[in-house]
Formats: sequence, C-alpha cells, structure tokens
Amino acid sequence: MIANLEFDFTVNKAEKKVFITREFAAPLLLVWDAFTKKELLDQWTAPAPWMAKTKYMNFEVGGKRFYAMVGPEGQELWSIQKYTSITPRTNFKMWNAFADKDENPELPGSEWDYNFSEQNGITKVSITIFNESFERMERLLKGFRQGFTATLKNLENLLATLSQK
Amino acid sequence: MRRDIFQAIADPTRRAIIALIALQAMTPNAIAENFNTTRQAVSKHLRILTECELVKQEYQGREIYYSLEINKMKEIDKWLEQYRKIWENRFNQLDKVLSTLKKQKK
Repeated sequence: MIANLEFDFTVNKAEKKVFITREFAAPLLLVWDAFTKKELLDQWTAPAPWMAKTKYMNFEVGGKRFYAMVGPEGQELWSIQKYTSITPRTNFKMWNAFADKDENPELPGSEWDYNFSEQNGITKVSITIFNESFERMERLLKGFRQGFTATLKNLENLLATLSQK
Repeated sequence: MRRDIFQAIADPTRRAIIALIALQAMTPNAIAENFNTTRQAVSKHLRILTECELVKQEYQGREIYYSLEINKMKEIDKWLEQYRKIWENRFNQLDKVLSTLKKQKK
C-alpha cells in the first residue's frame, strides 16, 4: 500500500530551492494536524535515533515554534520557525532558522511553503524550501549524518531481508 | 573566508565557466574570450570558484590553467541524496504516526 504513494524530491541548485512531494494514506485533516500540532510533529520530524522536542508552539500568523532535535547523546540542535501565512487545511508558510538554546536565530534562514490536498482518501503534501544559503542545509546534514547512516543501514538490511522472502 | 558552494554556482557566469572548463583546462584569457565581460570580472569569478574548491589551478610554464574539480561536484550530489533520504525516513515515520491516529479515530 505504502509503496504506491508518490515521493518526489528535486533540487534546483541555481534557484536554491528544494521541492518535496509526498502522498499519505490518510485524510487531509489528520495530515494537516501532523504538520501543525507540536505533539504530533515531535513524533516524526527527527530522523531516528534523533528526537524532536518542541519547547513551545503558537500555530498562528506571526506565531512561533521553538524546538530542538535531540541526539542520542543528548546533543541539541535548536531551531525557530515563524509562521508567515496560514490558510487552514490548504497551505501554510513559515520562516525557519537555526538558533541557540536562548532563541537567538542564526541567519540566514530558509522559507518554507506547504501545500495540502486530498483525493480519494490520499493526501498530497507539496513542500517548497527556499534556502538563502545551501550551506545551512549542509550543516544540518552533517549533524545528522552519523546517527542517520546507522539508521539507513538498518533499513537496508531490513529491506534486503524482506525482499528475500 | 569560507565560501558557500551553492552561492558559487547560483551565478550564471560561474555556471558557464564550469561548463567551459569541464571540457578542458583553460587559461583565464581563453575563458574570458567566451564572455562579454572584462578579464577582471572573469578573474573574480575564478577566484570565488577556486575558494570553493570547485576549480583547481595548475601552472604550465608561466600560464595558469583552470580545470574542474569533478569530485567536488559529485560531493554536492552526494549530500543532496542524503538530504533526500532524511526526508524519506522522516515521512516513513509520519506514515506510522498517521496510521496510529487513524486507528484511534475509529
């Protein structure tokens, strides 16, 4: 079932934009909640074994989410998100930047545009990320690389086992 | 000064320079002949590309030849691929969250 769900990831390096599209086998309302409620966001946004921890979140225009990705050894990568536009269950836009633990943002940040639509019980989410600097993406990646490589390895092994059956 | 590699390739002239020297190593003069701009402007672009380690310089006699650092270009693709995998992994986690939520609603 999940294998049929669309996943598309493209990068336009010249425009410094990343485009991500993914379908989910769930109604739009649930998917919208999963992207806009802190207790749900914390359950999936960190790549395992990292955990997401939201300190506070006001999902309203001008509101903010202040959260950390917490590593297996307790290391914390803080970020701030500022909501710039919200059309319930259709679209929201935000500005995202790395920060220190005292909420001082580290510039430049990135701009995110989320679009939601549902068809036949499948919800499609399209995300456009504009990075003023790709270097910050590079940094994000470095932070996760270690734990993440291990996770991928596990996944690969699991897939190999499954495909032999 | 640490340069942003993606900022380097965001400029159309620098992308054109990369395309040119991907084929063969060239001197700054030979590169400049391909552009409707000053030799100084081309030198500035080359300096930025060199600082990003996207191009390398080689001296042949008194001439400097610029050529492409293929491995550095590959590196860009490699980390983008890893970034893609982070998203893939993240969405798989979300699938699980959504399926739990669906069960709770029933």
